[in-house]
Amino acid sequence: MDTTVKTINVEDLRLLYGTREVIHGISFDIYKNEIFGIIGPAQSGKSSLLKCLNRTIDFIPISKVSGTIKVDNENIAKTRDIYSLRRKIGMVAPLPVGLPISIYENVAFAPKCSGITNKGDLDGLVEKCLRQAALWDEVKDRLNNLGTALSGGQQQRLTIARALSHQPEILCLDEFSIAIDPVTTMRIEDVLKELSSEMTIILVTNLIYQAKRLTNRTMFMLNGDIVQIDDSEKIFSDDPGNQKTLEYVNGTFG
Amino acid sequence: MSEQVLTQTPVDKLRFTKTPMTIRNERAQSVAKWAFCGMSLAMIVPLFLIITYLVYHAAPSLNWEFLTTLPKNGMRDGGIWPAFLGTIYLVVISLAIAAPIGVLAAIYLNEYAKDNWFNRVINLAVINLAGVPSIVHALFGLGAFVYAANFGYSILSASMTLSIMTLPVIIASTREALMSVPMSFREACWNTGATRWQTIQAVVLPNSISGILTGVILQVSRAAGETAPIMFTGAVFYKVIKGGDLFAYQLNEQCMALSMHLYTVTTQVPNVKESIPYATAVILLGSVLIVNATAIALRSWLRNRKKW
Repeated sequence: MDTTVKTINVEDLRLLYGTREVIHGISFDIYKNEIFGIIGPAQSGKSSLLKCLNRTIDFIPISKVSGTIKVDNENIAKTRDIYSLRRKIGMVAPLPVGLPISIYENVAFAPKCSGITNKGDLDGLVEKCLRQAALWDEVKDRLNNLGTALSGGQQQRLTIARALSHQPEILCLDEFSIAIDPVTTMRIEDVLKELSSEMTIILVTNLIYQAKRLTNRTMFMLNGDIVQIDDSEKIFSDDPGNQKTLEYVNGTFG
Repeated sequence: MSEQVLTQTPVDKLRFTKTPMTIRNERAQSVAKWAFCGMSLAMIVPLFLIITYLVYHAAPSLNWEFLTTLPKNGMRDGGIWPAFLGTIYLVVISLAIAAPIGVLAAIYLNEYAKDNWFNRVINLAVINLAGVPSIVHALFGLGAFVYAANFGYSILSASMTLSIMTLPVIIASTREALMSVPMSFREACWNTGATRWQTIQAVVLPNSISGILTGVILQVSRAAGETAPIMFTGAVFYKVIKGGDLFAYQLNEQCMALSMHLYTVTTQVPNVKESIPYATAVILLGSVLIVNATAIALRSWLRNRKKW
């Protein structure tokens, strides 16, 4: 973690769906190479926040974003090349989505879109990403099979491999371990720890222990507001300094 | 073996006895099943009867010669080649015009268009155009293509009129096919920095192509069956061409058509051999059924390759 460099800087972010405000003006920073956890119950705006970061929120017609988000000091609302912004941010959605193309193509899709055509480069990249997502050993003999034919957990790891395939500097994982068994989850968590030396990781999770194990700092969100941002050690200690956080972490919330 | 166990243990036997509730549910279930089955039969039986009736009356005239020769004795005898070929020309040309325009327009409306007043107007226009009666399309074609564009009474004018008529339906069916591709596939592509067009190429089109093709091919039957639009714009009662020659028509000529020919021989010509109108109908129906069957086969072939 490098606290001198702000990879992501959010100022007074508000998000409206129609007339319903789901994020009420939040501000926070995420530092380079940290693993940043976001916890909070449903409807607290975690996933919408991630959509704002790579501007896929643009595809939801009724959404309206105000405030500024800076990624590497560049205001993403004014960015010229939205596609390179999205390539800079790897996004893993909560539900596994294997695209209806071959496993190989699933991973090679993003590099191809960005203009890499050399077969050797693509092969190397596909293998590297699948290894990082702890999927290589299971699929190396059937790379031409359909991505949708994999099991749920395998598809989820395929989604992770796809997010890594465009060599992002920031990796957002939204509930990545829902469909994955504990053993594989631990393998991926180990990979995430290694990756954090080369990229910034944002981890949205409902698993308190996962957040505790992995994250440097954690943000607790509730109904579109930030309740507390602090070092994970403090958030998950017996005395986080905030009654709501304490109740949520201990499972006595509400 | 298991029955013995059941009879020996009264508790188990009691547990799996039908309750009055189960019996009621089962009765409702079987009533529903037979009612729905009956409705499906009610749909198939008339079609079967129509085909049998037509083929029975058409039998004396149904042969290869009937298909490939010209009408004789003021259409009281002979074949239907000019009408058959004319219908093929009209259908192929009208779909060649309508299909690309319709599919591309549908891709724009479904994949690119934002929800603003301009696109709402386009959507409304498409829906309303689909509801316009064919005779109105005919008058439009007469004014626009025959006179204003000065194509005259010709295959070209008639085909364009037919394409205007089929266009909104092709747009609607293509949009339906595109909408059936799950949104999550598109989102997954966008997340990796793909443009809309890259997403459409890689994921949307390969998974909707079967639906798109089916929608287009089903319009063949509509274009082949309509009489009104071509009657005003390019179809004639009688025209002499070379029998059995596939390239006998020019685009700026008028042509005969099966639907029009059927109307003519049944209402305008006295003392026609009885089997001729029936045979014409069988050939019209038969070609349409063959094309539709091809569409269904194509769809199931593509759907077997469909990937989720």
